Amino acid sequence: MSAAARAATVEFRHVTKSYDPVALRKGAPGAVNDLSLTVPAGRICVLVGPSGCGKTTSLKMVNRLIEPTGGEILIDGVDAATRELSELRREIGYVIQQVGLFPHQSIAENVATVPRLLGWPAARRRERADELLALVGLDPVRYRRRYPAQLSGGERQRVGVARALAADPPILLMDEPFGAVDPIVRERLQNELLRLQEELAKTILFVTHDIDEAIKMGDLVAVLQTGGILAQFGPPAEILAAPASDFVAQFVGTDRGLKRLSLARVADLPPRSAITARDGDPAGPARERIRADPFPYLLLVDADGRPIGWLDQDEIPLDGSLHAEQAIPMSPLLNRRTTLKDALSMLLEADVQTGILVDRTGRAMGLVTAGMIADWLRDDGRPLATSDVTPRVETAAAAVRA
Amino acid sequence: MLDWGWMADHLPVLADKTGQHLELTVIALVIGFLISFVVGVIAYRWPGAYPPAAIFAGVIFTIPSLAMFSALVPITGLSILTAEIPLVLYTLVILLRNIVAGLRSVPRDVVEAADGMGFGRSRRLVRVELPLAIPLIVAGLRVASVSTIGLVVISGTLGVSFGGLGFFIFEGIQRGFPTEIYFGAVPTIVLALAADRFFVLVESLATPWSRSRARGGAT
Repeated sequence: MSAAARAATVEFRHVTKSYDPVALRKGAPGAVNDLSLTVPAGRICVLVGPSGCGKTTSLKMVNRLIEPTGGEILIDGVDAATRELSELRREIGYVIQQVGLFPHQSIAENVATVPRLLGWPAARRRERADELLALVGLDPVRYRRRYPAQLSGGERQRVGVARALAADPPILLMDEPFGAVDPIVRERLQNELLRLQEELAKTILFVTHDIDEAIKMGDLVAVLQTGGILAQFGPPAEILAAPASDFVAQFVGTDRGLKRLSLARVADLPPRSAITARDGDPAGPARERIRADPFPYLLLVDADGRPIGWLDQDEIPLDGSLHAEQAIPMSPLLNRRTTLKDALSMLLEADVQTGILVDRTGRAMGLVTAGMIADWLRDDGRPLATSDVTPRVETAAAAVRA
Repeated sequence: MLDWGWMADHLPVLADKTGQHLELTVIALVIGFLISFVVGVIAYRWPGAYPPAAIFAGVIFTIPSLAMFSALVPITGLSILTAEIPLVLYTLVILLRNIVAGLRSVPRDVVEAADGMGFGRSRRLVRVELPLAIPLIVAGLRVASVSTIGLVVISGTLGVSFGGLGFFIFEGIQRGFPTEIYFGAVPTIVLALAADRFFVLVESLATPWSRSRARGGAT
């Protein structure tokens, strides 16, 4: 691959696309109204909105399958309109929902389409096709000689992605790429694209009508509304936490709180330590310690610090020692990488709605309560100043007691 | 019933007439295909050009062949043109329709993907659209070849130097000699069936991907 930039900045400047009445009657795609936004190099920007919002039109104006009526699109500062058309398109990977593989060409030939247009020698094209098939998780030996009709929908879309990446373009345009595959395959392809992107760091413009997909895939999300108006542009967490208009709030859905939880992890919560005692410790001092704490349960741990279960402060004997049998087992165990959505789900299902944060070795590190998650949501997910932490924990504990 | 001895005696003439029949057919198909191809590609690229071309070819197709052969005699005399002009004209309606239908049958997403990857118009036509149009184009050639083989017989009305195997049919009718009619008709049928099979084979060789599809279904 050339040493050229692997990703490019894409900037829309007052881009407009309007259609005359004749074209509109023929069912022209959505119009775009004064769209300005910048996608930094190496980021995924998702264009999302209802049908007729101009998201696909906006995407197709980047590789000039549709020419803007006004404004300009700059790629690394250069107006796309000034570029030679075929040359421009060969530098932009293009993936569409129906894939559009060439039925009359083998998988290897399909993948090497743009390299062939660029005049690469046959040996290098074959090598590149094998490399890309492996990259998208298809065994080159098994797949390269097959024809598209012999592949499943998911396999075809992998080939579509491989084909788009063949000439190592700095930009990838993806128009509802996973819209035609079943939900299980879709999720797998989404995860694989995110994994690939960590490695490739392309600038990706991704169109979808599915807000969940937008939130999952986007570093940045552009919400468009009918008529091609940009309703909001920002990171997904920001759009969920602070929708800019009623339209955005409605589009992201009334469950946007839950959606935000899927973007945050336990590590994002303020730390909350637990009062612990070891199995076999004297009961008296432990009882004193827990009575001084607003949270009424004592966490019993084993000699290595791994959680055993809870002791209600009123159930702790006045003297003698603590025993594992007295403890109420088990709360959900969470780690710092658990999403808040998963954490909340586990807490709601458990008998004890307090989760235990454990480290990699399984040692108890602190508590996570449903109240803490609710507080995090209420505070709009803003990172908290240190001074905010203490009162929040009190509230959380109070919520659990209630 | 049939006079087998007569037939044996006339085998050399049969070979000669079969050769002529094939020659008239092949010339008509090649020229008809070239004209239809050029017009078809133009009509595909500029859809406005298609209706007039299709109407023209359709109207010609309605002219009775017997009348057309005779009508040309005052203009072109008894040259090969008198036989070939109608033969070529009759192929146009079939070939043109199938070429345009073939090109239009290329899936939208395939064309869009080709555009998005930076194929030019002509490269897209040669590398993507024409290969994918092959099945319908060849289907047109199958029908056109069978129909032309039949029409070559009618060109026998122009005289003994035309008509290919039709010569035997006309002479047999004139002489009231059924053996000779069969001697012309049966080889004509065989020729038409052979032409049909030939194009089926051509299609199969030219579209290896559609053969693999059947195989791939099981894997």
